[in-house]
Amino acid sequence: MAAGGIDALGQFQLHPALGPIGASVNFTQSNLMMVVAGVLVFGLLWLGARPKAMVPGRLQSAAEMSYETVLGMCTETIGPEGRSYFPFVFTLFFFILFGNLLGVFPYFFTFTSHIAVTLALTVFVVGLVTVVGLWTHGLHFFSYFVPQGVPAVLLPLLVPIEVLSYVSRLISLSVRLFANMMAGHVMLEVFGAFVIMLGSAGIIFWLPAGFSLAVNVALIGFELLVATLQAYVFAILTCIYLHDAVHLH
Amino acid sequence: MSEEPGDEEEPPSFEERLKAARSRQGLDAPPPLTARNAGGMDGMSPWGIGLRVGIELVSALVVAVAIGWGLGYLFGGKPIFIAVFVLLGGAAGVLNVWRLFAPRPTRDRGR
Repeated sequence: MAAGGIDALGQFQLHPALGPIGASVNFTQSNLMMVVAGVLVFGLLWLGARPKAMVPGRLQSAAEMSYETVLGMCTETIGPEGRSYFPFVFTLFFFILFGNLLGVFPYFFTFTSHIAVTLALTVFVVGLVTVVGLWTHGLHFFSYFVPQGVPAVLLPLLVPIEVLSYVSRLISLSVRLFANMMAGHVMLEVFGAFVIMLGSAGIIFWLPAGFSLAVNVALIGFELLVATLQAYVFAILTCIYLHDAVHLH
Repeated sequence: MSEEPGDEEEPPSFEERLKAARSRQGLDAPPPLTARNAGGMDGMSPWGIGLRVGIELVSALVVAVAIGWGLGYLFGGKPIFIAVFVLLGGAAGVLNVWRLFAPRPTRDRGR
């Protein structure tokens, strides 16, 4: 960190990981963290499910609780049909949750802080929701865009608005996750830079430097909250969209 | 159950246990939706709610402007499309915000 300025966005730069092999196929640290997140989720469930104890231990409890939480989310939001979409929502929720949480560790990278990643996830979600709607309702699915109880004169105005509202999910869902994760890490970087700049500026600045450090500690806690909340919001909104596609309105 | 060994409560009947098990497995109609209310906004700070509303408004506008600009580009640079779609996008954004805060109908059946 140069004393001249704060490079708050440099942390989001991609670098090749895994040496020359990774560099040759453009395997970045972001991809590496995705693999780590996937392996951790898989490991949690694999190791958690292995004991098959009647009275679960800690790891088994964690695995069972995560399973039941997401299952409850699916069935409560989507309805009885929600069980069919449970694997999808579970994968999505834990991939994002672990991605967000891994970003809090030093030297790690938050892959959800890139709009390319979140937009890809969102395109997949909205695409799946559309396919589910078409699959369950056929062409009747398009009645989703026609509000009920509206005079026919207004339909040419209202149908485009509904369609735009539907398509804008792509942006709102992806930007929400990306903006939250990026903003948090920029704040961390800025206050971390304050600590170094003030601390090296002389003894009278040590008090504000300590204050910045305290802020950073609080921000880490806040980041943990945001990481969990945003993963939850992403998953629950996916469930709501699936509910709308399955039930139409 | 209570501490006194005297009052033994009737164990829950088979019907009750079946009902509980079925609702746990998601086989029955779910209880009134709570999570659906406000789409997971229950525990959010005012700042978080504000951010969400802002994102909803802006994202609809962004999509609309993109579509309007694209149509104008396709049809020879006419600005009418972007003018119309900006208005539609603003309306769609307001619709999104309304959806966010609208009181949910109490799960009317068969719609």
